[in-house]
Amino acid sequence: MARNVSTQRKLVITVVAWTIGILIFFPILWTFLTSFKTEAEAIASPPSLLFFEWTTENYFEVQSRSNYFRHFMNSVVVSFGSTLIGLVIAIPSAWAMAFSPTKRTKDVLMWMLSTKMMPSVGVLVPMYLLFRNTGLLDTRTGLVIVLTLINLPIIIWMLYTYFKEIPGEILEAARMDGASLAKEIIYVLTPMAIPGIASTLLLNIILAWNEAFWTLNLSAAKAAPLTAFIASYSSPEGLFYAKLSAASTMAIAPILILGWFSQKQLVRGLTFGAVK
Amino acid sequence: MATLHTRSAARLMIAPSVLLLLAWMIVPLAMTIYFSFLRYNLLMPGMEEFAGFSNYSYFLTDPAFFQAIFNTLAIVLGVLFITVVGGIALALLLDQPMFGQGIVRILVIAPFLIMPTVAALVWKNMFMNPVNGLFAWVAKLFGLQPFDFLANAPLMSVILIVAWQWLPFATLILLTALQSLDEEQKEAAQMDGASAWSRFIYLTLPHLSRAITVVILIQTIFLLSVFAEILVTTNGGPGTQSTNLTFLVYAQALLQFDVGGASAGGIIAVILANIVAFFLMRMIGKTLEA
Repeated sequence: MARNVSTQRKLVITVVAWTIGILIFFPILWTFLTSFKTEAEAIASPPSLLFFEWTTENYFEVQSRSNYFRHFMNSVVVSFGSTLIGLVIAIPSAWAMAFSPTKRTKDVLMWMLSTKMMPSVGVLVPMYLLFRNTGLLDTRTGLVIVLTLINLPIIIWMLYTYFKEIPGEILEAARMDGASLAKEIIYVLTPMAIPGIASTLLLNIILAWNEAFWTLNLSAAKAAPLTAFIASYSSPEGLFYAKLSAASTMAIAPILILGWFSQKQLVRGLTFGAVK
Repeated sequence: MATLHTRSAARLMIAPSVLLLLAWMIVPLAMTIYFSFLRYNLLMPGMEEFAGFSNYSYFLTDPAFFQAIFNTLAIVLGVLFITVVGGIALALLLDQPMFGQGIVRILVIAPFLIMPTVAALVWKNMFMNPVNGLFAWVAKLFGLQPFDFLANAPLMSVILIVAWQWLPFATLILLTALQSLDEEQKEAAQMDGASAWSRFIYLTLPHLSRAITVVILIQTIFLLSVFAEILVTTNGGPGTQSTNLTFLVYAQALLQFDVGGASAGGIIAVILANIVAFFLMRMIGKTLEA
């Protein structure tokens, strides 16, 4: 009965859902379109949706104004760097907790999650001073260190939920056949764990790319990733909507595309496997 | 299964993460506690002295502090309300058969992937601006006076922007949970004559409870420390009308260089977050075991 939905009902739902979907997406679409307008057209009243003279001039202007590519590279280095280092630290831990659980494993996992609940602002002052005194302020290295630490609990949890689904019997079989611990990891576990590791990688790159507390507070001109680069547009300055739109489009495009490919992992990663 | 050999290996493998996180928790936090008892301003180096609880009493008697607590809670509860209710509605809608479901999902998810500074600046300038914003244009179209969102309703505006960013997350999780609901159960209820409303209340909602718990938990962690959205839109103002606790401490530390005062504020923020976390962890602990 529920499967024989009338076409009419399906059409109505399609129209409603598409309308809401487009409304939610509209700010992004509007930003994208505005980035191809001239500054005058960007604030024209009535605004034009599609029928204006398309120009790519804004993109060049954004690049020449503050060297977009350097900020882009900062974002890439910081998000990939922190995620990769995080994975290297987290994989052994998650492996151990998934395959040799003890009575305390659950508590350790919960404790790790709880470190995520400490508000960043509680340690802003010492981190700022530590960074200033060690010369890490406004460096990529500094940002990589902080982002590794704040995302480590999520990385461990995510890997743990993936590893737990790998049947332990396979490992036992390998062990019986005389595989050493190292061989067990390299030849048995790694191939089975790669999808989980890839999902974790993807989600954490997205999180690190968009992180905007530490990146804003611990970076200035030199190491500023795209989050901070965009924030430099927060003080109004004459006509700047088209340039703002171009800069925004460039800042969000890579991660938007990456994110669309990883919807499922997003759910799983951020719910720590609690919703499947 | 775990032999002595693997057990000690396991300990060794967990050690780096545990030590790092332990250090990350203890070292800066201990420093914050230490600083919070000092009179310490970055503009006056070398003048540090023990100040007892004066930083705390300064912070706790500051009217801005109570405003910040109120705003922090308003942001968390406001955004949670919008995203949970809206998320359930959207998830129910997207769960229906329709044409191009995949594309609609992609459209709905997008805001979650946008970095906070971009989201906030786009809303502030291109939508909420009282002169050139799209909302102003729509208002004029209907012959209304444009509304200056960020000047007249700063907190509400911040809540709207943040809710727009988190609605996709709630929707996505609730939709995932909804799809695991047994189709036959729904049909059975329908055959027994249960109305759509009672099917929702007695079947769908209980099924979603775990997912709703998770949404509340994860979002609260992030919403307690909303920062970038406030920084680039209202800068906490006008006055302190849209200052939350995170922003208040930031302003004290990096705009007024008052290390002692900011540290006391940071410790207060940690204590408050712990109170909230205590209840949340019990909640998720239960749902994860179930």
